[in-house]
Amino acid sequence: MDATVIVLFLAIVLLTLAITYYAAKNTKSTGDFYTAGGGLTGWQNGLAIAGDYLSAASFLGIAGAIALNGFDGFFYSIGFLIAYLVVLFLVAEPLRNLGKYTLADMINSRFDAKKVRGAAALSTITIVLFYMIAQLVGAGALIQLLFGIDYWIAVLIVGVMMTIYVLFGGMIATSWVQITKAVLLMAGMIVISFLVLWHFNFNVSAMFTEVKTATSHGADYLKPGIQYDNGIGTISLMLALVLGTSGLPHILMRFFTVKDAKTARSSVVVATWTIGIFYVLTLFLGFGAAVFVGESGILAANPGGNMAAPLLAQAIGGNILFAFISAVAFATILAVVAGLVLSGASAFAHDIYGQIIKKGKTTDREAMLAARYAALGVSVLSIVLALGAQTLNVAFLVSLAFCIAASANLPVILYTVYWKRFNTTGAVTAILFGLISALVLVSMSPSVFSPVEGAALFVGNPIFPIENPAIVSVPLGFLGGYLGTIFSKEQDLKRYAEVKVKAHTGYRETS
Amino acid sequence: MSAQHDYAEDLRDKKVDYEAVEQSSQFKRFLDNKKKFIVPFTVFFLIFYFTLPVLTSYTTFLNTPVFGDISWVWIFAFAQFVMVWVLCTIYVRKAASFDKKAQKIINEQINKGGRT
Repeated sequence: MDATVIVLFLAIVLLTLAITYYAAKNTKSTGDFYTAGGGLTGWQNGLAIAGDYLSAASFLGIAGAIALNGFDGFFYSIGFLIAYLVVLFLVAEPLRNLGKYTLADMINSRFDAKKVRGAAALSTITIVLFYMIAQLVGAGALIQLLFGIDYWIAVLIVGVMMTIYVLFGGMIATSWVQITKAVLLMAGMIVISFLVLWHFNFNVSAMFTEVKTATSHGADYLKPGIQYDNGIGTISLMLALVLGTSGLPHILMRFFTVKDAKTARSSVVVATWTIGIFYVLTLFLGFGAAVFVGESGILAANPGGNMAAPLLAQAIGGNILFAFISAVAFATILAVVAGLVLSGASAFAHDIYGQIIKKGKTTDREAMLAARYAALGVSVLSIVLALGAQTLNVAFLVSLAFCIAASANLPVILYTVYWKRFNTTGAVTAILFGLISALVLVSMSPSVFSPVEGAALFVGNPIFPIENPAIVSVPLGFLGGYLGTIFSKEQDLKRYAEVKVKAHTGYRETS
Repeated sequence: MSAQHDYAEDLRDKKVDYEAVEQSSQFKRFLDNKKKFIVPFTVFFLIFYFTLPVLTSYTTFLNTPVFGDISWVWIFAFAQFVMVWVLCTIYVRKAASFDKKAQKIINEQINKGGRT
């Protein structure tokens, strides 16, 4: 390991621990723990959303995908970004107006039923665990590559760090770790992109001409179709990306950290600009890596292309930039997993323990203790699962998480706010239809079964033909909610009137 | 502090006649305006978005070069980014006017218990 790498790595560790120390002193109630007391500004929350969202999969994965597959890698950038229009136009404000700590709170503002809360908590926990395993396995492999330490030590380092942030500093620490990471990540992206453009004399057209001959794909590199040659499969993936974001628990949770819908809105705007600029820059990273590192160099370091960005940093900026980008990648992983732990803990401690088991009758002290135990439990469980999953191909788990979020969470959110007839049974069936169909279809898909050994989790022929089943499971989520509603009589128009007025005006009763 | 606020408590508190507010022409007009803004824009951006994978999957004309080696597919891809930023800006401006109307409903109706 290079000395610069160690210094920067330690700097990140110390900085985040210092943040956690100050956050811990200010975490006095469960409101502080789950939502930083609702006291973040639009700018802070916007950057934290960006920090929560731009995972190592975005930073390293997309750069690698563009470097290796040209235009097809860019599909992810577009889908991940347009998703924020769905968040902004349909979800953020009503969510903030109705919810308190979790997605289940928001749905229960209309239904107040244990089974609805239980179903929402179940889908949250499922998404969090899958997403977390994917992040931790990826993190372990990546840190192994970047810093040359064993996989299990790498997973433990990340796992222990995330546990410390959440356990002691709750949402305040998590938010500031995410904000710090977002700033570092954007700085790193801008520096690399600037250096890449500088090599082309700031002539974007010349860069396109150069990449045409840089890879084995030749002129096809600039055309869609290298990776995604199945129309329905591509559209289904794009559907999961655009609708999944607005159902991801760790993203939804961020909207409870601001004081009102107006601040929620301005934080989406800051996030959208930050994330948008980031995704434009992924193109320069991808193309830069294709030209300055080369296909064979990228593939030799990691067959998935995950090392494209750090190798590019080394090629154009030397060891210092390589060390900086490696440290940024480390910070990126920490920020995302911390957000995940927190949202998983809120589903266990607030929804299942606090509201379902204790019926909302806990003192703040008990609730806080439950939140901390749950955070510890979620962390330990995901570390153990990630250690066991080292040799498995878990790349599909991220798209599975997006698919469940799009199929199980988004329909119920939209119905709760916008559909008058919607009822308790419909809320449960919407979540379960979406959740189960996404799980079942993915487990029969080419992401899990491949005839080629090592290409997927199991060897065999897939029964369901496309990798991401969103095109089937999202309509099933909506259908489940519809059928559950029309086949049950119960209806509470009075309650809906209240939810509707509150969701749209932002009115809240003050005691 | 507002975050300590117990919303479940609020929901049991039925002092405000929300049905009356919901049925009022002021609220209906407000929601109508909101819908007329949100629905067409949402439909538009979803169509604009899905047009990209549909065209790349089932046609090849986006591969026609525009500037040097930059083809239409890249222009369309960048147009998606521009669309996001433009729609974001439009939304924020429009939402500010909705905020005012919402505040008016709160002042004129809800704070009076919905019985105007």
